[in-house]
Order: sequence, then structure tokens, then C-alpha cells
Amino acid sequence: MRVEGKGIVNRSAPLAFRFDGQEYQGFEGDTLASALLANDVRLVGRSFKYHRPRGILTAGSEEPNALVELGRGAGKLPNVRATVQELFEGLEATSQNRWPSLRRDLLSVNDLAAPFLSAGFYYKTFMWPRSFWERLYEPFIRRAAGLGALSGLDNDEVYEKAYAHCDLLVIGSGPAGLMAALTAARSGADVILAEEDRQFGGRLLSEEEQIGWQPARSWAASVIAELSGMANVRLMARTTITGVYDQGTYGALERVALHRPSGGWAPRECFWRIVAKQAVLAGGAIERPIAFAGNDRPGIMTASALRSYLHRWGVAPGRAVSVFCNNDNAHRSARDLAAAGVEIAAVIDTRADAQVAGDFPTYTGARVVATRGRLGLRQIEIRHAGGRRRIDSDCLAVSGGWNPSVHLTCHTGARPVWTPQIAAFVPAPDAVPGLIPAGAACGVFSTAGCLAEGRRAAREALKALGMRARQISLPEAEDRPYAIAPFWHVPGKGRAFVDFQNDVSVKDVQLAARENYRSVEHMKRYTTQGMATDQGKTSSTGALAVLAEATGRAIAETGTTTFRPPFSPVSIAAMGAGGQGAGFAPQRFTTSHDPSLERDAPMIEAGLWYRPSYFPIKGESHWRQSADREVSMVRNSVGVTDVSTLGKIDIQGKDAEEFLDFVYINTFSTLKEGRVRYGLMLREDGHVMDDGTTARLGPDHYLMTTTTAAAGLVMRHLEFVHQCLVPHLDLQMISVTEQWAQFAIAGPKSRALLNDILDTPLGAEDWPFMACGAVRVGGREARLFRISFSGEHAYELAVPSRYGESLFRLLTQKAEALGGGPYGMEALNVLRIEKGFLTHAEIHGRVTAFDIGMGRMIAPGKDCVGKTMAARPGLNGPEREQLVGLRPVGAVKQLSAGAHLFAAGAPAVRVNSEGYTTSAGFSPTLGSVLALGFLRNGRARHGETVRVVDHLRDTETMVEVCDPVFFDPEGGRVRD
Amino acid sequence: MRIPCPICGPRDRREFYYAGDAVALARPVPGAGEAAWDSYLHLRDNPAGVTRDLWYHEMGCSAWLVVERDTVSHKVLGAALAAEAER
Amino acid sequence: MTELVAVSASPGWSGKSIAGARFGAFEPQAILSVAPFAGAGAEVSQALQQATGLPLPEVGECLGTDAAGVIWFGRGQAMFIGPDPGRFTQAAALTDQSDAWTVLRLEGRRARDVLARLVPLDLRPSAFAQGQSARSELGHMMLSLSCTGADVFLLMVMRSMTKTAIHEIEAAMENIAARDAL
Repeated sequence: MRVEGKGIVNRSAPLAFRFDGQEYQGFEGDTLASALLANDVRLVGRSFKYHRPRGILTAGSEEPNALVELGRGAGKLPNVRATVQELFEGLEATSQNRWPSLRRDLLSVNDLAAPFLSAGFYYKTFMWPRSFWERLYEPFIRRAAGLGALSGLDNDEVYEKAYAHCDLLVIGSGPAGLMAALTAARSGADVILAEEDRQFGGRLLSEEEQIGWQPARSWAASVIAELSGMANVRLMARTTITGVYDQGTYGALERVALHRPSGGWAPRECFWRIVAKQAVLAGGAIERPIAFAGNDRPGIMTASALRSYLHRWGVAPGRAVSVFCNNDNAHRSARDLAAAGVEIAAVIDTRADAQVAGDFPTYTGARVVATRGRLGLRQIEIRHAGGRRRIDSDCLAVSGGWNPSVHLTCHTGARPVWTPQIAAFVPAPDAVPGLIPAGAACGVFSTAGCLAEGRRAAREALKALGMRARQISLPEAEDRPYAIAPFWHVPGKGRAFVDFQNDVSVKDVQLAARENYRSVEHMKRYTTQGMATDQGKTSSTGALAVLAEATGRAIAETGTTTFRPPFSPVSIAAMGAGGQGAGFAPQRFTTSHDPSLERDAPMIEAGLWYRPSYFPIKGESHWRQSADREVSMVRNSVGVTDVSTLGKIDIQGKDAEEFLDFVYINTFSTLKEGRVRYGLMLREDGHVMDDGTTARLGPDHYLMTTTTAAAGLVMRHLEFVHQCLVPHLDLQMISVTEQWAQFAIAGPKSRALLNDILDTPLGAEDWPFMACGAVRVGGREARLFRISFSGEHAYELAVPSRYGESLFRLLTQKAEALGGGPYGMEALNVLRIEKGFLTHAEIHGRVTAFDIGMGRMIAPGKDCVGKTMAARPGLNGPEREQLVGLRPVGAVKQLSAGAHLFAAGAPAVRVNSEGYTTSAGFSPTLGSVLALGFLRNGRARHGETVRVVDHLRDTETMVEVCDPVFFDPEGGRVRD
Repeated sequence: MRIPCPICGPRDRREFYYAGDAVALARPVPGAGEAAWDSYLHLRDNPAGVTRDLWYHEMGCSAWLVVERDTVSHKVLGAALAAEAER
Repeated sequence: MTELVAVSASPGWSGKSIAGARFGAFEPQAILSVAPFAGAGAEVSQALQQATGLPLPEVGECLGTDAAGVIWFGRGQAMFIGPDPGRFTQAAALTDQSDAWTVLRLEGRRARDVLARLVPLDLRPSAFAQGQSARSELGHMMLSLSCTGADVFLLMVMRSMTKTAIHEIEAAMENIAARDAL
């Protein structure tokens, strides 16, 4: 219910929303939780394991219970914390983990089965019979597991990623954070102030107190007003720092437009990577509950949440409120509510010597021992000096003390330190370099203390930044001591929950200890305490206190589990922003892309590049028809294909030739100007890295080509060799891949085609095989290479990329006039298989020069990368799988890549495998399917018949082993 | 993680390619023998503490770097150009 | 005689504007890579100065005007952007890169915010001001970024990735415009 005159919601801006189909009204400034409480909705969800009715426990991001599904359709969000979700007009939320409805949930029978569902239940129960696991247990557990459900649809909403840099990142905007930001900003530092709430002020928004001469909230507003006017300050509201990474990098999740209906370009969330030279952690503290029987009923919440709902949202979550605590701080809740006119049914303090001031029933040295109310709290039962007593109360505020939010200080491995005075963990000194905890985050709980802490932390940060801190005075503020006596759980019958979200009770933790899961990490995994989406923010300290007690150790000795990012859940959509669909990787387009699409060529991905698969013409309905035609076209007239995707590296300098001799197994210093040579490159371990041709354009000028797949790899390798192995060599390298659009023109009529378009036709005796040089096309400078990947008389012609599209259109048109045309990757692949030319299907990383029949290319008179290791025992000899050609000889003609080779009579099992196929295709030239592959001692086995079995495609073919060069083995055509 | 490139200054690690131990700088001579080559190629220390790695500033200036860092504290102690580093 | 027609890497694209940022193509006459051989930095710088009026840039520097400029482009490498000076020296490796890189221009008070969606560099005016240049990445693509005016940036991306680069930047602009309208 709303309390008149309280809260900072905008009562002149009502908002309609729906929860489980029921319409309600809230105000601008409400969270979904505050609006539900204002409408007396207490039951908001069912617990994970036992499906127990649950309500709202907190008023912040630590909320374990009040998780709902937001929206509908593709953008539906599961597990949204109602305490964080801002209300907007038309918001639709649905409760989770219940069927058919929240009030009548059939799986709540789990609650009756609770005695059997204790810690380790799954481990103990589903162990046998073994065969039941896959068919019965796992599907059942999977169906019952999880809270909210995803829509199962592709999400087309916009998410964003961004980077930010600053001198000082201030995390949290309570009194400590504001004071730190103000001190640093006035001193001239670049400051980012990140606050997970929509509004800056932190705890000050939830308390009624003074700072200086004004209400604390007004003071916060005035500081924010000053900061927002400063050019060196960036205020980031709705932004949670989710993780701390090395060298001052912080992850942050900004909820940009989750407070509005979905749609449009505004990102729902933005994942920030913030790089900060220094940071102040002023993330405050989280109040922890006390465990007692029936402590999870809707209507039971933390004492600080109660004050938040009253002071910030003007809501009293009950009509007869009681408070159960072990510290003075919680008394404020009773006093504030009483002052607002709400009945206080009782204040129950565990401490016998507690001083409780206020006009309401007070029980010291007392405990809550039971609660009643089916779907919400109705009555509590307490035990005190005078005996047991039942008190009618529909809201119980609980406080077991405060836990500083040490999480971020532990993300890089530090463990927090137990501090008995406040019965809590505080950050270890220098836990993260450059991250300075301040205020409640390091156990200072009074407002005055936090203000001083903020200034102290900012001064430390400024000093580390080498900046002078400007003088700034501290306003007066609340400075009460924090009096607490540790109290973790009320012993007795009934289930007392420590972890609400994963339904872990005190008994579960004790059971874990009894069963020897005494290490806190083991207890966590055995009971699942702290493993839910809230990561145990309200439960971890309580659970390990129970464990410490059960194992007879001190809490400090028991220790904490590991804190890992994220601090609070981060949607995958935000981390993967921009990566949906084609956004996953850059797309690289050749200059012939558009003309290829015009010809209906299906494009296939080759790394980041898109290349045409084949060019269908009228009457062709199957890719094989097109590919066969294109192969024949190249063999009989002329074909044109785009080879621009091959890497091109320009290498210049007086030592370029020595360098090439070192990176290639063969010699390039002897290559004449105007000539091209095939080269093979090894890794230092003696295996083949890449192959390609290199042209000598001038005395100190080479142009290397790499395969498409390895272009980046080879560039990196060359830089490695130069900078790391032979830095004394004087040369310069640069990629010119993108500068040149390069086309292969292949076939008996290639020269005729060229002579038709070159400004000066080629002389009859000029341009022998492997010649290269400059030519002109349409008055433009071009490069011509007489090289061939098809075995035909062929050229590659390169022009500056801007002319690529134009040249491709011209070449294809002229080719068609000669009975040829463009060809795609399918035909290119068949052409090279016919000739036994290699791609990375063959040089896949495990083959040596010897394996592919190029062992003798390793030049004897010089060292090169990989040479020494290529000579290792085991890399050369009959035991190696060697490159062979394979051609079907039986009735079955099917061959595929990836099939295994077996001796003719041997069973097709792994131990008998003698090799495998790497490439296969139908050769229209030879009228047969052909394959390349590797066969043990293959070169000595030409003529032998072996068995090819593809277990995946379930085919078996008898083949004859032959030389890998199927077509024109003498190589006459290429020289013609 | 950020790496202080001697040329570009501190940069996000996503600009870099990691290439393992800086032992790769000390390439043995061809006749150094099996043990030396085996050690160069395959044997790596796995120290809890200071280590020297090679990183390539691939999305930056293209420099190969020797980065000294602590595997325990994650501190990056410094970076030098591989071309000028001690072998 | 054969006629070849020049086609841009983003045909038909005419740029994009939102409140605070304008994005468009920049058409240089020529781009030439200049990489001095060992010990020849000073000599090459002098030759470049004679040929173009501009010296070699220092590390992380860009110099010149829209008509002619030099940009530091990585270890031992610079790009001259302007009228082709020809082979002005033998002491450096020179390559024609005119068609290899697409040059884009992004300007306006929101330009840094647009770039911050894609580029991991520290782009605060204090860290990246007029006259500074850096190699980095733009959403997994190699990038050269130069600040040529108070809020004016030249972006160089590989030609084949131009469409992706434009798409990424335009999407970032849309996000920012939509944020501003919230």
C-alpha cells in the first residue's frame, strides 16, 4: 500500500502495467517490485527446487526471489529482477517456474518431497541403474531445471557494445562514490561515475537523513548537478560494473532502454569495456537475512528493503510490520515506519542487551522460531525470555547485518578478509592494483564515514595519477556506530533457508558438513548454494557461517568461495552485440561480386571472402551441369575466374632474395627478373605451411602470392621470421592483396582473349610459361603472370581494384565470344584435382614436403625455416602417408573427401586405416570421379587396388592407386 | 588485459596475437643437434611467476613484441620490440 | 581500345548524417606506401619533403591537409595521400595502395562516440587530438584512424571490407541518434 507524503515517485504520472495478466497501476519512478507491493501483490514467484511461494526479499540487484519474465515474443526476457526493472506504461510481466498458475502450482509437490530432495540428492539418486541416466533422469531433470524460459525465436532487438576510457572510474554513487567523484572531478581528473540504479545517490535515496543543512537526497542531487555540468565527467546511470579484468579494464552493463517498450534503434543494453587508470569501488553493502524456520514466506524482506520501499517509493509492504535483527541499524526500519503511521507489531532483537528506542513492542534476546500464512506471511512465532508468543504480522523485516560488496575486489583472485568487529568480510588490501575500495564497500557504514572515505579514496587515486587533489570539505552527516552481534540462524525444526534462489537450507549445509564436504568450495557444489543467478549475494556469508559452526571452525578459517564475474547477470545479447547474422564477421567482397550475382552465381564463403561456386546458364538445373560445362570450357576454349582473394605480399629491399631463400624450401635468389617460381613454405617443425608463386618484378623487388586461406597467417609468419629470426636483413613487406583485382584466364584460347583486350598484343615468342611483367589494358597499368592452376595455357591479369569489376565484365564477355565464359570454385577445384595441384585440403598442417612429393625441392646449399626438422626420423620414408591419386575401378563410382583407405581385404576399422582422401570430384575431362588422398607408402603402390570407405556417408568404393597428376602428366598443355 | 606496445602505447589485448614463449627468438643453428632443436620447438617452462612471451601487434603497428609478465599476479612488467630484443 | 571503368568500393553510397555526426567517403587522388630501408629514414623524409612538401610522420602522427597528407601507418611505414609523387626515392619501398584502402571521413561532436562503439582506442580529446594517428581495429577489421581536425577523423579500411565497415558505423550512428532521442 502507498503511504501518503512518502517516496520520490512521480504521483502525477501513473503507469498501467500487467502482472500475470492482471492489470495494475504504478507511478513513474517505480520499479516493478515497488509497484507490485504498492498493489499489495506479495506472491511473485515460485522457488527453483521446491516451488515454494516466494515474494520480494530486497530492493536491489541482489534480489534472489522476485524473478519474472518480461515482455513477449522474440524479445521476451527471462529472470528479470522485479527489484531492478523500472516500470513503464504497458509493461507486461509474468511469474516463472509455476504451472498452471502462481497460486496453484502442481510441482509444489516437490515441497512435500523435501526430505528426499536434500543436498546431494541428484548425486545419490540418479546414479543407478546406469542406463536410466540418458533416457529418464537427464531429460526429467532438464525439464524441471531452470527458472524463466527463452522465447526460442531469433531476437532482432538492438544491443550495443562500446569502449570508454577515463582517469578514474567511480563505482557506485552513494555518499562515498559521490564524494570521490566530486573530489576527483574538481581536481581535474577525467571521471566516469557508474551507478546501477536509474538515479544517482545510492543508499541516500532510501534513508531519511541530513547531509549538511539539507536532506541527504538533495545533497546528492546537488552534487550530481555540479558533476553533470563538468566536461571531464561522464555520468553513467543504469550501468552495473560487472567484472574487473587486468590492467584496469572493467566490464559494465548499461540498461539503455529496458525501461521502455522494445522497438526502434535504441539499444536495449550496452556492454561497455571501460579502461580506467584508477578506480574507486563505492559499491556499498548488501544486507543479509537471518535463517529461521519458514523464513521464505512472501512478506519477509530485509530491513533495509523495507526502508527503501517506504522512503523511495512511498510503499508500506505490510499493515502490521515486525522487525527481526541482530544490529542497531535495523531499528531504523521500525522507527521510520512507525513515524509514517504504520503499525509496528514487534521488534525482535537477538541481543539480550539491545537498546531499542521506540513506541512499539520490543523483545530482546529473542528469536523468530516459526511463521505462518499459506501464500504470504500472516503470523510469526517468537521465543523470548518470557516464553513463546505468536504475533500477527503480515510483513517481517529481517537484518543479520551488512556484507560489504567486496565482489569486484576478488575478481582477479584476491580473497576478502574477515573482520570480527563488523562480522563481515572486507576487501583485502591492494586486492586489485588501481582499485580502491571506499565506504560501506570496505565496512564503514555511517554516512559521515562514507563521505570521508570517498574523499580519502579520491585523494589516493589522484596521487597515483600524479594529480593534485583540490581542497574539499566534508559536510556533516549521520555518524552512529554500527553495533552488531553475529547471529546466523535460529536452530530448531522446520526448514530455514539460507539460499532462497536455489532452495538451500541450514540443514542442507549441515548435511554437507556431515558427509565430509567440509571445504566451502565443496559445500557450495554439493548444496548448490550460491550457484543461482544471484550468485549468493544474500546467502554466501550465512551459509559459510553455518558451515563453520558445523565443522567447528572459525569463519575466517572456513573462507569464502571464489567470486567470479559477472557481478550480476549479463545478457549474452549484450556481450554479442552486433554479432547476430552476418554481423558475426566482416564480409570481404571481390570486385567481381556484383557481376557474379547478376549471373546468379551462388556465393560460398572462403574465409571472410565470398567467391562464386559456379555460373549457371539457361537450361542448367543442377550444379554439376554447370561445373562440368565450366571445366570443359577451360579445357577446350577459355575460362575466366577471380583469383583476387589470394594473398599478395610485396617484398622489397637488397636482402629480399636472401629472405625468400630463408622462408621457402627452394631458391628464389636465382629467379630471373620477369619470371615466376612456385614456392613451398614450411613451419619450423618441418610441416608444410603454405604454397604459392612468387614473381621477381625487379632486382630487389618480389611479389609473393599465398593461398586465400593462409594469407593472414603467412603475413604474420613473414613478419615473425623477419623481426624475430633475421632482423639484420634489410627489406620491407606490405600486403597488396587489396590493391589488385586479379583474374585467371585459362584455356587454349586464353592468349587470343588477352590479345583482344591488351593495349599491345603479346609477341608470339614473348611470355613463355612462368613469365611475368607489366602490360597495359585500356591505357591502365596492369600486371600479367603466365601461371596456371588448371594445367592449361593460362595467365593471371591484375589491374588496380577500381577497374576490377569493369575488367571482369570485359573478360567474361570476350570469353563467351570465344566459346568460354566465367568459371567458379567447383570447376576450379576439379581442374586442379585433374592436375594433382594442392590446396589446404591437402596441405592441412600434418603433411611434409616429402609426403606431397616435394621433398627434393628442399635446396641443399642453404638453411630455411623447417629444414632441420623436416629431416627428422619419421617424417620421410615408407611409413609416411604419401600423396596419391585414386580412381574407381569397381561398380561403385562414388568418392568423397574424408573417407579412409584400407587394404583390399582388410576390415574397415580404425586400426586398419592406411590413409584417407582429401579432395574428390567428377572429372568431365576423364569421364570419371577422381580423388586425391594420402596412402601409407603410397608412391610405391601405384597400380594397387585399395578400398575407400566413408563411414559417415556410408559408401564403399574400390579404387586404383595412381599418380596424383591424372591429366596431361607431361605438362605439355601449360607450355603450348 | 592491456599490453604496452613500445610503438603504440598501451593497447587492448584484442589487437594482439599471442605466439607463446619468447624462446622462439633463439633459433638454433642448423647443426645444433636434436636436443637443441627439440628444446627450441617443443620444451616450454610453465612458470608461476615471470614469463617472457611473444605477441604480435597484428591489428596495430605489426611489431612483434617480447612481453614480460607475471602469470601469478597478471602484472605486465614490460614489452620490447622483438627485433631489438636479446636472443 | 578497351575501356576500363573505375568503380568505387561502395557504389551508390552517399554517406549518412545524424545530429552531431556526418559520415562520408573521402576520395584521395593516390595513396602511396613509403617504407624506408634500414637507416634511410632521414633521407626518405627529405626526399618526400622535396617531392610533396611533407616529411615522414613521426610515430602516431598525421600531417598535411585534405589535398595532401602523410599518415603514420605502422612499424617503419607511412602512407602518402595526395597527388601521386611518383618514385621519388630509391631508399624506401614504395607501393601503390590507392585502390587497397577505402578512406572514410567521420566528423562532428558525436564522432568520438560513434567510434567508441567499434574502436578500442582511447579517443578522449586529451588522448587523441588533431595531428594524431593510430593503427587499430574497427570491429575485427584493420583500421588506420587519423584525427585531422578538432572532431574530424579519417578512417582507412581495406577495400574489400568497405561495405561491412560502413554498415558498422552507420549502425553505431543509428544507436547514438536513438539514445539521444530517449
